[in-house]
Amino acid sequence: MSQATELPEASAAVLAEVNPAVKPRAELVAHGRSFSWITEKICGIAEEKTPVWWWWCFLSACFVASFTVAGITYLVSTGIGVWGHRNPVNWGWAIVNFVFWIGIGHAGTLISAILCLLRQKWRTSINRSAEAMTIFAVVCAGIFPVFHVGRVWYAWFLFPLPNSNYIWQNYRSPLEWDVFAVSTYGTVSVLFWYVGMIPDLATMRDRFASVGKTIRARLYGLFAMGWRGSSRHWSNYEMAYLILAGISTPLVLSVHTIVSFDFAVSLIPGWHTTIFPPYFVAGAIFSGFGMVLTLILPLRAIYRLEDLVTQYHIDCMCKIILATGTMVGYAYAMEFFIAWYGANPNEGFAFINRAFGPYWWAYFIMVTCNVVTPQFFWFKSVRSNTALVFILSLFVNVGMWFERFVIIVTSLARDFLPSSWGYYTPSIVEIFTFFGTFGVFSVLFLLFIRFLPIMAIAELKAVTPQADPHAHGGGGHGAGPHADTKTREHY
Amino acid sequence: MFETPGAVMHAAEQVRDAGYRRWDCITPFPIHGIDKAMGVTRSRVPRFSLAGGVTGFATGMSMIWFMDQYDYPLTVGGKPFFSPLFAFPVSYELTILFTAFATIGGMFLLNGLPMHYHPVLNYDKIRRGTDDQFFIVIERSDPRLNPENTRALLEKAGGRDITELEA
Repeated sequence: MSQATELPEASAAVLAEVNPAVKPRAELVAHGRSFSWITEKICGIAEEKTPVWWWWCFLSACFVASFTVAGITYLVSTGIGVWGHRNPVNWGWAIVNFVFWIGIGHAGTLISAILCLLRQKWRTSINRSAEAMTIFAVVCAGIFPVFHVGRVWYAWFLFPLPNSNYIWQNYRSPLEWDVFAVSTYGTVSVLFWYVGMIPDLATMRDRFASVGKTIRARLYGLFAMGWRGSSRHWSNYEMAYLILAGISTPLVLSVHTIVSFDFAVSLIPGWHTTIFPPYFVAGAIFSGFGMVLTLILPLRAIYRLEDLVTQYHIDCMCKIILATGTMVGYAYAMEFFIAWYGANPNEGFAFINRAFGPYWWAYFIMVTCNVVTPQFFWFKSVRSNTALVFILSLFVNVGMWFERFVIIVTSLARDFLPSSWGYYTPSIVEIFTFFGTFGVFSVLFLLFIRFLPIMAIAELKAVTPQADPHAHGGGGHGAGPHADTKTREHY
Repeated sequence: MFETPGAVMHAAEQVRDAGYRRWDCITPFPIHGIDKAMGVTRSRVPRFSLAGGVTGFATGMSMIWFMDQYDYPLTVGGKPFFSPLFAFPVSYELTILFTAFATIGGMFLLNGLPMHYHPVLNYDKIRRGTDDQFFIVIERSDPRLNPENTRALLEKAGGRDITELEA
C-alpha cells in the first residue's frame, strides 16, 4: 500500500526532472474532418450512381462465383466421388478450404470485439467492413463441410432435429462441436454486424427521406428499427454492444479452438498435439488481417478514404500481422521441437515428412509466406508503402491456405500402414469449387459496398476530437455556452 | 438544437438540475458522459444477458444429457453416455448464442424499438440528429413542463430554434 501511495509523487518528481517529450496520439480522422463530412463521405458511397468499375467487378465476380455453382451442381448430381478425396486422404481441399475461410473471418471478429474491449479506437474505421468480411467468409466456409457430407440433402442431420431414425447426434465428436461453433459464430457475427449498423442505417434513412427518396428511406428505415439517436437509447445500446463484444471475444477464440479440435482430438500423428488451439487462433487472426488489408487498401484508394483509414491504421494492422505471423512461426518450430522431444517415432516421422516428404513444396510455400513475409513489416518504409503492403497481404492469404493444406494432407497421405500411403491431388471439380468461392465472397462484398455504410459512421464521429464534450481546455462542466463558442472557433 | 456535444451536455445538466423527468437528448453518436449529465442510471441490459447465458448453458447440458443418456443411449468408442466434459463445448457455444439474442432483445425491449413513428420526427430539423446536430426534447407529459419556463431554460442553456411539437 505504501508503495502505491508513494509512487505518484515519486514519478511526478522524476517526470519533472527528465521532462519527457509529449508524443501526441495519432489522429484517427485526419485533417480535422467534421461530423457532416464523415456522414457525407460514407453515405455518399452508397448513394452515388453505381460506378462503372463496380459493374465490371460485379460481373466478373458473378462469373467467378458461377464456378462454385457449376462445381457443386456437378457434385450433387453425380456424387462425392467427383472430388479427389480417396483413401487415405479423405479430408482434402474441402476441409482445407473450410478452415481457410473460417480463419479469414476471425480478424473481423477480432477487430470488432477484442479491439473494442481493449479500447483500441482505431478499429472504428475498419470494423464494419471487417465484420462484413467475417460473415461472407463464414458463408464461403460453410459450403465445404455441408457438401463434403456427400448427400447434402441429409445435412440437416447435423442439427439436433428429431428424425425418423430416432437417433441423435454424437456429442462426443468434435465434428458435432464444430457444427455448433460455426453456426453460433455465423449467427452472432450477423447480429453484431447488424446491431452496429442500426444507427448508421438511421442516418441513411434520414438522408434519403430529406431528399425525398421515400422508398429507399422506408427500406433503410425498416432495418433501422425507428432509431432516432435518443441518449437513453444510446445508453442501452452501448451496454448491449459492449456485452456483444464481451461474448464475441470468447466466441472467436473458441471457434478456431474447436476447429482445431477436429484435428487435435484425433490420433493422427501431426494432428494429435496440444499446441493446435492457440496455434490455429493465431493463424486465423494472421490470415484474417491479411484479408482485411487486401480488401481495405483498394477501397481506400478507390473512395479516397485516406482521412479515415490513415497510415496509422495500416501500421497497426501490419504490426498485428507481424506479431501473429511470428507466433505462427514459433508454433511451427515448437511442433518440430516437441516431435523430437516427445521421442514418438510416428510423430517424428510425420514432421520430417511434412518438411521434406512429397509435399515439401507446400511446406516451403507455407513457411516463406507465413514466417518470412510478415518480417518485412518490421520496417516503417514497408508499412508506409501501400502497394507493397497490399502485395504482402496477398502472400499472407496464400501462405495460410497452404498451412491448412500442409497440416491436413501431409498427415493423412502418410497413414499408419505404409501399404495405404498415397498422394493426393485435387480434381478439377474441387479446384473450380474453391476458385468460385472467391467470386461468391466478392459478389457479397461488392453488394455490401454498394448498399450499406461501409464504415461505422456514428463510431467514427465519436472518436473525432470534437466529439469530446470536454474538448478544448475549460469546456467542461458548468463552463456554459462561452466555452462552446471557443470550441466552435477552434474546430 | 445545439451545435456541439459540449453544448448539449451542459444544457442536459441544466435540464436535469431543473428536475425534469420525461425528456431526452438526440445525438448522432453516443456522447461520453452524457448519461451522468442527464441523470440516466446504468443500463439494465446486462440482466437480460445473464438470463440468456444461464438459459443457454442449461439448454446445452440438458439437451445433450436428454439425447445421449436418456432418450437414445448409444455406445460410441466405450465413452460414457453423458459427461459434462464433452458436453461443454456445445453448451459453451449455446451460452454465447443465447446471450447474444437476449442482449439484443433486451436492448430493443428497453428502448421500445422498433418504433417507426415518434412525435419528435415531426420536427423539420430532426433529420440532422443522425448527422451533425444535437437536440434536447422535453415531453409534454413531464409534470414540470411549463411553456414559458421551459423555453427560458433551454434558451439560457444555449439552445437555438426552440419549437413546440404536436404529439
